[in-house]
Order: sequence, then C-alpha cells, then structure tokens
Amino acid sequence: MSARRRTEFSAERRRFLTQGAQAAGSVSLVGFLLGAYGEPAASTPVAALRPPGALAEDAFLGACVRCGLCVRDCPYDTLRLARFGEPLATGTPYFVARDIPCEMCEDIPCVKACPTPALDKSLTDIRAADMGVAVVTGTDTCFSITGVAHCVGCYEACPIKDDAITMEMKQEHGKVFFVPTVHREHCTGCGKCEADCLYPEAAIKVLPRALVRHDIGQDLA
Amino acid sequence: MTSARTSPEQRAPGHPATRRIARRSWWLRQRFLLARRAVQLGLLGLFLLGPVAGIWWAKGNLAASTWFGVIPLSDPFIVVQSLLAVGHVTVTALLGALLIGAFYWLVGGRAFCSWVCPVNIITDAAHWCRERLRLPPGWRPQRNLRHYLLAMCLVSAALTGTLTWELVNPVTLVQRALVFGVGLGWAVILAVFLFDLLVSRRGWCGHLCPVGAFYGLVGRTSPLRVAADRREACTDCGDCFAVCPEPHVITPALRGSGSRLVLAGDCTNCGRCLDVCDDDVFRFTERYAYAARERDRLPSG
Ligand code: SF4
Ligand code: SF4
Ligand code: SF4
Ligand code: SF4
Ligand code: SF4
Repeated sequence: MSARRRTEFSAERRRFLTQGAQAAGSVSLVGFLLGAYGEPAASTPVAALRPPGALAEDAFLGACVRCGLCVRDCPYDTLRLARFGEPLATGTPYFVARDIPCEMCEDIPCVKACPTPALDKSLTDIRAADMGVAVVTGTDTCFSITGVAHCVGCYEACPIKDDAITMEMKQEHGKVFFVPTVHREHCTGCGKCEADCLYPEAAIKVLPRALVRHDIGQDLA
Repeated sequence: MTSARTSPEQRAPGHPATRRIARRSWWLRQRFLLARRAVQLGLLGLFLLGPVAGIWWAKGNLAASTWFGVIPLSDPFIVVQSLLAVGHVTVTALLGALLIGAFYWLVGGRAFCSWVCPVNIITDAAHWCRERLRLPPGWRPQRNLRHYLLAMCLVSAALTGTLTWELVNPVTLVQRALVFGVGLGWAVILAVFLFDLLVSRRGWCGHLCPVGAFYGLVGRTSPLRVAADRREACTDCGDCFAVCPEPHVITPALRGSGSRLVLAGDCTNCGRCLDVCDDDVFRFTERYAYAARERDRLPSG
C-alpha cells in the first residue's frame, strides 16, 4: 500500500468515525429530550400525592418552580422532589403515603415555605387539606373486615379519627365485624392510615381526589 | 505585519503561531478560571451544607431559594414562565426574581453562566476534551438560535399553562440532581457532555441554551464589562479567541476602531481573555465611566 493511499484511507476512516460519533451524539440528545418530554406528559401515578394545599394538578404544574423549599421545611421528611426518570413531572414535590405519610402539622410549614402560588396560602387549617381520599381497597384482605382479627391500625393512626375514619360494627351470621369506614368530607388524604395498615399490602389507600369524585356521589345523594 | 492575519479565531491552541514562551506563571494564566470553579463549587457546597451537615444557610435550589432563613431568591426566567403559565405569582417570587435579576444586571448577565451554572463545568470539560482530540467543530447553528428557543419556552408556557421547559432544562435539572438526589440525572449530564463533545463545538452554551440567552439579554446594558483596554499591545497570537466561549464578542473591541468595550450580552464575563493574554490587553471595567472616558479621548487608567 502506498503512503498516499494510506493517508487517504486514514482520512476516510477518520471522517467515517467522526460522522458516526456525531450521529450517535445527536441521537442520544434527541432521545434524551424526547424521553424527558414524553415522561411527564403521562399523568401522575396514583401512589404519588401532592403536598397539602397543592393546586389542581394542571395549575400546580404551571405554578410550582420545583425549588424543594416545601421538601426542606417538612419536619418529617415526608416530601421529596421527583428525580429525572421517575414517572412524575421532574422536580415536582410528592409523597408516597405508605413510605412516609403527611403528619398533618398544625402550622403547615410546607405551605408556608412555598414561594409560589403552587401551595395555596389560604390553607391555614390543616383539616381543610385535600391531598386525596382514603379508600378501603382491600375489602377481601383487611383483617377486621375478613374477621381474622379485631384490627384498628388505620383507625388508631388517623390524626382526626372519629371524624375522618370510624370502625363501623356489622353483624353477619351471628358474627360481629368492625369495618374501617372513611368519611370523605373529613379525610385530608394524609395517608397515616395507609402507612400504618397492618396488612402487608395496605388494605386502605389514599387515592387522588380526582379518581374518587365524591362530588358526583353527593349530587346523587 | 498588518495584513498577515490568518483568522486566529479558527486557530487551535497548539498552532505554531500561538506557541510562545509563556511570560507569566501558570497560576496567573488560570486565575479567573480557578476563581470561577471555586465560586461554582462553593455555591453548590452551600446548597449541600443543609442536607449534608444540617447547616441551613441556603435552602432550595437555583429555581428558588431562601438564604439565612429570610432572603428569598428566585430565577427570573422561571418566574416569568410561571407568570405566563398561570397568570400570577407571589410577592416572594417576584421579589426574589428582582433581586437575582438586578444582581446579574450589575455583574454582567451571563456571569450566571461562567460563575454559577453547574452545566458550565460540564460543557467546559467537553470543550477541553474536544480541543485535546482536535475534533472538527461539527454542527454550527446560528448563534441566535438560542433566542428562538427562548421565545419558544415562553410561548410554550403560555400555551400549555405548565412549565414545559422545566421538564428538560439541564441547568436546574443538574443542580437539583446534585442537591436533591441524582436519580437518572446523570443521563442529562452525559447527554450535554456528549453533545458538546461530539456534535457541536460549544454547542449547548454557545448556541442553544435559552437560560444563557435570557441572562444574555439581562446583561446587554450591564455596567461590569471587559475592555480590550491596551489593544495596541495585541500581538495577534489569537489566544483570547481560542479560549473565549463566545469569540465573536471580542472582535469589535479588539480589532475595531470604535469602543474598546466588549459590549455584546453574549460575553459571559468569564475573564478567560484576561487569563490567557500575555500582553495584558484586557481588563474588567465599569462600562459607563469607561465609555465616558473614551468619549473624552482621555487615556484610560
Ligand atoms: S403538613 Fe407537615 S408532614 Fe405534612 S407535608 Fe406539610 S410539613 Fe410535611
Ligand atoms: S415549595 Fe412550592 S414551588 Fe417549591 S417545590 Fe414546593 S410546591 Fe413547588
Ligand atoms: S382517614 Fe387516613 S388519610 Fe384520611 S385523614 Fe385519616 S389517616 Fe389521613
Ligand atoms: S389497619 Fe388495615 S387491616 Fe387493619 S383494620 Fe385498617 S385497613 Fe384493615
Ligand atoms: S448557557 Fe445555559 S447551560 Fe450554559 S452556562 Fe449558561 S445557563 Fe448554564
């Protein structure tokens, strides 16, 4: 192989490698952008709850600047910011009730810390918070409902028990059962019940309000 | 000597014309770079002092923060997008945005880029590697493409009612990842690095980033500016052009016959030209007093 042909070859090879690398770089960037863009467009997963006072999801996503000041001022480390790659709008605050529920702080430090309208400052009574609604999902697993044991884990955990949750007595075939019963108009969605449920997979779960639509039920009533 | 200029903007640092015996120490040639890295990392450290050591001088992140429990700061670009998205902001956010906006107007808009933004470390690293590997410049979009992207961010916030840009903004993403937990945030860091390394020379910060474009607009009338004060001493070595992230801003000040001030908002006030010039052509100066002196044709000093 002549020296000239060799240089031609290496120049050719160099160009080929450079172009290949450039193409790979472009694709990885475009892929990243698309992936990132498509991910938060999907709705917030059911297990993720917004902090107290959060505006309705659409308005919340426009108002929240993802600063994490609510996260920092929560004394129980309840809140966290969605990391890139998690199925939530990146950087927005949320909590998972089964991991660490909201303790319904009297002075609501998270709302006070928020520098934007994302957490509504007119929320001054934590009992008026509306993070979601607890629903007994495990009607076939709950120890009390199935009569396995007289369990009151959820009831005892609730910071506003007797208002938001009661154990209703039921009699069937001469047997007495106690059924955990959530009263939606009082429940704040703090998730204490879900966190403390004694069944391995919580038999009571906080769902976002939008999924429960108690307003329709009230219309019919 | 006068017509022998071979476009030093394109010259690599290793070009024979740029290879000279350095008259100044390595430290002197890196002083602003080192100061910038210290400030960038120091600021990150202050944000980490809370979560790591429980010392809460700074809370939050670059989007919005509270300092010493009282001073609110917020990124004006994000606050503007939020205002467009939902139609109102709080007094706190507005005050924070004004403080930050005023500060960066004072110190030169894109000083945010070279002294604060964590992405700058990544893109500078990519550029360093690119120079060592002698890669061709690659994709070279218009410098003002970033202004279109900036407009797009604002329009998109207004139309969708949500902070669309914040879903992908590498600036806040990277800083938030470092302060609040990385997750897959390293993928963003890698993507920006690879883009600048393989696709486009100084591609992200020099052509695309709308955050930098925003601060560039803030800095258009900034008082703190670089001036090619002793441009007569210039030996055409091209070191400043090679090292400047926005070399087009130097040309009028150094080569023109008008003002010696680097007036373009694109200048990041990084001070690299001051670092590398062995003939001490450049200096930081207060723009309006300097311009007045220039008008009076008084020798500056
Ligand atoms: S009310 Fe208290 S526990 Fe609940 S999220 Fe706010 S700060 Fe945390
Ligand atoms: S403090 Fe407010 S703006 Fe900041 S992350 Fe929390 S909800 Fe969003
Ligand atoms: S029922 Fe559950 S979610 Fe509702 S307030 Fe009580 S503990 Fe909180
Ligand atoms: S804690 Fe769980 S298992 Fe026990 S009564 Fe409540 S829902 Fe049922
Ligand atoms: S151009 Fe953008 S990414 Fe680059 S340093 Fe400036 S703000 Fe950061």
